[in-house]
Amino acid sequence: MTATRLAKGGYIDRDQLLNFTWDGRTLHGHAGDSLASALLASNQQVLGRSFKYHRPRGLMSAGVEESGALVTIGRGDHRDANVRATTQELYAGLVAQGQNAWPSVRFDAGSISNLFGRFLAAGFYYKTFMGLPPFEWGSGTGMWMRYEKIIRKAAGMGEASRSPDPDHYEHAHGYCDVLVVGSGPAGRGAALTAAKAGVDVILVEQEAILGGDTLAQPQAADNLADQIKALKGAGVRIMARTTAFGLYDGGVAGLLERVTDHLAEPPMWMPRQRCWTLRARYTVLATGALERHVAFGNNDRPGIMTANAARVYLNRFAVRAGENIVIATNNDSAYAGAAELAQAGASIQILDARKSIPDAIRAQAADAHAALRTGAAPLMAHGAKGITALDIAGQHAANWREAGKTDCDLLLVSGGWSPVVNLLSHRGVKPVWDADLACFVPGQTNEPLSMAGSAAGIWNDNACLLSGQAAAERAVAHLGGAQGSSAAPAPGGWQGAITPLYEVKVPGRQLKSFVDPQHDVTTEDIRLAHREGYVSVEHLKRYTTLGMATDQGKMGNIIGLALMAEALGKEIPQVGTTTFRPPYTPVSLGALKGRNVGNHFRALRRTPLHEWNLEHGGTMTMAGLWHRPWYFARSGETIGDAYVREAQTVRRTVGLCDVTSLGKIAIQGPDSTELLNRIYSNPFAKLPIGKARYGIMLRDDGFVMDDGTTWHLRESEYFMTTTTAHAGKVMAFLEELLQTRWTDLRVHVTSVSEQWAGVAVAGPKSRQVLESCVENPAAVSDANLPFMGVLETTLKGKVPCRIARISFSGERAFEVYLPSDFCPDIMDALWESARSMNGCLYGLEALGALRIEKGHVTGAELDGRVTIEDAGLGRMASDKKPYIGSALRKRPDMARDNRPRLVGIFPRDRREIFNAGSLLCAPDHIEGYGEGWITAVTHSPALGHWIGLGFISGGHSQWHDKTVVCADPIRKGNTAVEIVSPHMFDPDGERMYG
Amino acid sequence: MKPYSAWNVFRNGLSRQKGWERAWRDPEPKTEYDVVIVGAGLHGLASAYYLAKNHGITNVAVLDKGWLGSGNAGRNTTIVRSNYMMPGNREFYEHSLKLWENLSHELNYNVMFSQRAHVSLLHSPAARDGAARRYNTMRLTGADGELWDLPTLKRKIPHLNYSADSRFPIIGATVQPRAGTARHDAVAWGYARGADQRGVDIIQNCEVTGVERTANQVTGLKTSRGIIRGRKVGFAVAGNTSRLWRMAELGKLPIESHKLQAFVSEPLKPLLDQVVVFGVGGAHFYISQSDKGGMVFGGDLDWYKSYAQRGNLPIVQDVAECATSILPCLGRVRLLRHWAGVMDMSMDGSAFLCKTPLSNLYLNAGWNYGGFKASPASGWYFADLIANDRPDPVILNHALSRFERGINIDERGAGPDPKLHG
Amino acid sequence: MLRIPCPFCGTRDHSEFSYGGDASVEYPALEAPAEAWLEAVFQRDNIDGVQLETWQHLHGCRMWIVVERDTRSHEIHSVRPAHEGLASALAQSADPVNES
Repeated sequence: MTATRLAKGGYIDRDQLLNFTWDGRTLHGHAGDSLASALLASNQQVLGRSFKYHRPRGLMSAGVEESGALVTIGRGDHRDANVRATTQELYAGLVAQGQNAWPSVRFDAGSISNLFGRFLAAGFYYKTFMGLPPFEWGSGTGMWMRYEKIIRKAAGMGEASRSPDPDHYEHAHGYCDVLVVGSGPAGRGAALTAAKAGVDVILVEQEAILGGDTLAQPQAADNLADQIKALKGAGVRIMARTTAFGLYDGGVAGLLERVTDHLAEPPMWMPRQRCWTLRARYTVLATGALERHVAFGNNDRPGIMTANAARVYLNRFAVRAGENIVIATNNDSAYAGAAELAQAGASIQILDARKSIPDAIRAQAADAHAALRTGAAPLMAHGAKGITALDIAGQHAANWREAGKTDCDLLLVSGGWSPVVNLLSHRGVKPVWDADLACFVPGQTNEPLSMAGSAAGIWNDNACLLSGQAAAERAVAHLGGAQGSSAAPAPGGWQGAITPLYEVKVPGRQLKSFVDPQHDVTTEDIRLAHREGYVSVEHLKRYTTLGMATDQGKMGNIIGLALMAEALGKEIPQVGTTTFRPPYTPVSLGALKGRNVGNHFRALRRTPLHEWNLEHGGTMTMAGLWHRPWYFARSGETIGDAYVREAQTVRRTVGLCDVTSLGKIAIQGPDSTELLNRIYSNPFAKLPIGKARYGIMLRDDGFVMDDGTTWHLRESEYFMTTTTAHAGKVMAFLEELLQTRWTDLRVHVTSVSEQWAGVAVAGPKSRQVLESCVENPAAVSDANLPFMGVLETTLKGKVPCRIARISFSGERAFEVYLPSDFCPDIMDALWESARSMNGCLYGLEALGALRIEKGHVTGAELDGRVTIEDAGLGRMASDKKPYIGSALRKRPDMARDNRPRLVGIFPRDRREIFNAGSLLCAPDHIEGYGEGWITAVTHSPALGHWIGLGFISGGHSQWHDKTVVCADPIRKGNTAVEIVSPHMFDPDGERMYG
Repeated sequence: MKPYSAWNVFRNGLSRQKGWERAWRDPEPKTEYDVVIVGAGLHGLASAYYLAKNHGITNVAVLDKGWLGSGNAGRNTTIVRSNYMMPGNREFYEHSLKLWENLSHELNYNVMFSQRAHVSLLHSPAARDGAARRYNTMRLTGADGELWDLPTLKRKIPHLNYSADSRFPIIGATVQPRAGTARHDAVAWGYARGADQRGVDIIQNCEVTGVERTANQVTGLKTSRGIIRGRKVGFAVAGNTSRLWRMAELGKLPIESHKLQAFVSEPLKPLLDQVVVFGVGGAHFYISQSDKGGMVFGGDLDWYKSYAQRGNLPIVQDVAECATSILPCLGRVRLLRHWAGVMDMSMDGSAFLCKTPLSNLYLNAGWNYGGFKASPASGWYFADLIANDRPDPVILNHALSRFERGINIDERGAGPDPKLHG
Repeated sequence: MLRIPCPFCGTRDHSEFSYGGDASVEYPALEAPAEAWLEAVFQRDNIDGVQLETWQHLHGCRMWIVVERDTRSHEIHSVRPAHEGLASALAQSADPVNES
């Protein structure tokens, strides 16, 4: 192949010389070049190696369907594997390398596998590699995994970097009336017509410049420029370098905008790519058509490409791809290029598989001074790393026969055209086979969507334009505008009919003919799949891997279908078609993730005291999406030292803890009491104003959902707190109940979690701390604010607050809620007071220690599988009223006596430590599920040793005098423990009530 | 039938692959069988295989409205594991894993089960302790399970995101070394070939359009290829179970059909040797690399009920966010294809393998996310249930009646809402 | 992306909403027997076709709505507030929120 850059023409800037590197060598191209056109102009022929046989591959196309020239771009952590050279714009300093080859794509040691090709037929790996060869002796997966290691290294294509991707990406959102995909004649026609009708149009084009197929035509540039100007003038929003990669429900298109992939030195502030979620009220798909290859011997050799590709290289990039060119076709479309290539100085032979061709087409061949052979087709290519000669087949009755040989340096193939119906297929619409055109054309859809141009099987430029206009008129009418008058042209438009041609073979001659060149699927593979019964198109695809390569079947699917149809003696539509899935072309995960990565992966919820906690030495831990203080270490303290000190301080003097993350719900309205009484399992009907009550909610199925306290503020107003974990769930559930099930209840619920910050003040001196901070100290006296009392008052500085005397720690304690914005200042005051009493700040770890000592449950115990009885709170559940969950909470297995019940756990040897997540087992039976499990452990400062909470069959009474083994095989092994009451400290609550 | 072996691959290489036989026949349906199973997916095919192999019942038909393996068999992310904790599930999935370990030999078909370890990342001490109960249970019930601390994890998978600045820093992982991935289609084909060899008729393109029944028996199935009768009938149709159930006029089921998307990237040289699972902050994500080199991954359900085998963009983006959060190098890796399967999500996240209100009808459904890994044991126990008309003790609680008995086999503790059991 | 026409806010992405469940389920009275509750909590028609379902506009007005949607095509046929009182009030309102 001798390619030549022409002195004039094309959409390149000859004044801008761009140096780039290919496999270590410096080459150059021009601005406007694709990597492919620059490589072609530099006469680089072998650009890739195939997946299985490592056969040399060159350019096979000029577009997104490229399956030969897959290269790796960039270096180090900017490396991109599997880039199609045809879609990569050239820039100065671009570094490209061959892949799936060693030492290089030109000399690849892996090509030795080509010699064993006869043993590597479709699906051979399902038949061996199981055990010891040759008869697969043995059992288990050991042998396979040894083979697999080698296979995995051989498979794959490019090599991805293991370093973090240094680029950044964006998500963007858009809306429009009409989305037009593709800027060929049909797309431009649609966009202009719609925009002129006054609707908001977005036109997306995957290439860097607009034009689509027009770019492949000679002398079109001036006219095209005028048309683009008209589009802009009409208000069309144009997005180039943007691929509509998927069509989703509701008229939503996923767009990938490549922002800097074409820039030598992208500015830091620009994202590499942008993923658009575009909501369009109507969509016009003018996505074009892709030219097909034909299967014949060595049809994968470099120097064999589609006829239209050569035309694109010639007219868009000003590269004549060869000198001595054979064009093999079965339709009219290849002839236009023949004359243009001849004009550019190439000598042309045309093999037309058709017996007869129209005179006008014959005249085009004459214009090209081409030797034209009808009833002829390519049979086998010669040449190791590029085509040098071609064996020709001639038609003889219904068969092909050998019919001579010719030298050539470039073979152009046109096996017909396949409309790009991929995006329509994303909508679940199956394409319909058009036997006259030998292609699938779009099926019908009820969605606001039209296909236009060659994507609808329309081959003639002017008809494409008309079909685009007609599609736009349908769009405008759908949007409520005027009804259009244009009729969409019918599919077709060639002068002579296409003669289907999928494979050329002659009896008795062994050929290696590729159907899916990237995955090395041959015609013989298709026939083998047929012989073995993998005849459904999906079986065929999955067994042979046809259509599963990075082009997703754009190159080979139709040939594969046709060959299977032939083998089955059926027509193509009876064989079916596989469903095209998104994305149309591959999309980087970077673009899909946008900025939601690293510490922006999920929103971080911070309490109003977040900074305050950090400033005061807090170490944070996760609680769902929240960061909460874990412990406040003083210098030299470990987490263990810190939480033990904090818990001890709470029991001795006083501690402050940020509890803002608890859910808070305002419940207002005359039926508020009734609502609470229905959703809590314990009675709420008679909770006096000014009192709080601990309540347990069940799910509909009778298992525990959540717990918390609810405060009766006024006759028809309550303040509910939930756990941090279930705040959202409880809120949504209350809203659901009020809006769907109990619509007669006059209650309004409002989440006030963000409005109220919360601080727990716990310890014997908690009252003194509060007294120093409220405006009226008498208000928080024992008489005014007894255990479970609620008070609305003001803090110093006239800050309104709500205080309840409730206790999670088991100490005299208060929860103080105040408007979030005031919280840091109030915390300063509380802390000043607490510190003066030798108090402390405490975090979740100490909170956990204190509550475990008391046997208070949290999410670790209430894990969605426990009943209220399991949690030891059965006495709370009312038998006198119905409530959510009451009907189902006593189903037989839930009422079993020997269900695991909440217990406390001590190590038999008090010096021992044990772990949460361990199983509790009888000493003579340390296996199976054991008798229970441990949910939480802590060192108990109050008791001086480690303690735990957990569940064990039958509960404390069954096990209190027995040794139990705490089994933790994944960590510590076995530890002897004792089962005690869960109320391990101050069981009568004297400290709390006192 | 010619066995598959290196020897025969070699011989066929010499003979231009002319010696291979059909993997399965394409028989005309008979009008009557001892057992008719609806659904030639993994569960239906495995059931037929074990009916023939374990119970000598070979007069069996497996019907499918499309091609065999056309449902979730070929749409899943191919993960095989047995890290289940609840009684019933634990034994069931462990038995399944044991069947997987020898499945290629059993079927003489390489299903490429690769025991590359299943690694669930941990991000907090509380999550670690919660997971510890599961993995301790696995160990005490005879399975494998490990806890990897951070240094171990960093050694095994160096390119995860260990940054302390990440939103959910990684502190370690729970691991099941015997878990891994398999080649999903091969499992369907292997079971089909094995069942076919033993005389089972696999009837493709045969859609069940109606169920004929008396008060307590199924008498026949109306199909697109005529009426087919089975002395016993099994339903194994995953997301389509409720449709069939309605045809049999059996009312409602504790099942909803939801769609789950799956994703594959372009093929790459080896990048990840394990199955890695990431679940924190409401995220749910799993990823492995196929033998062909594609990164295969998935995430949550699309969150609304659906019978459409296609997904929507928000989950695509969510999954990409998860992927790049734990493996930041994946930002430059490109998504090649995404699709969706219809999952038979049950009310507690666990399956039904049980008798039904009709005496000769048996139900195999409710596999949620877990159908692929379950398929060998599902076939094993379903065959046993059909052959002996009584459930094995392992599947005693996998009955429709479990909810009225108050038994939720709820691995997540999520409650009776199908969408929450992903 | 489903585009759900919220009766209160207009058409929005489904990612603003959370799916509830089958809107045809009638939850029994709290004091109803276990059998009635078992049916409501656990049993579903699981319709392949047009079904009524509840959604909550979680990241919007937080209203629960009933959506009539085809579970095979995802096409939405109608939407109304779940609360009958609100639904009838809205139906009588002269200026319901238009689809946009």
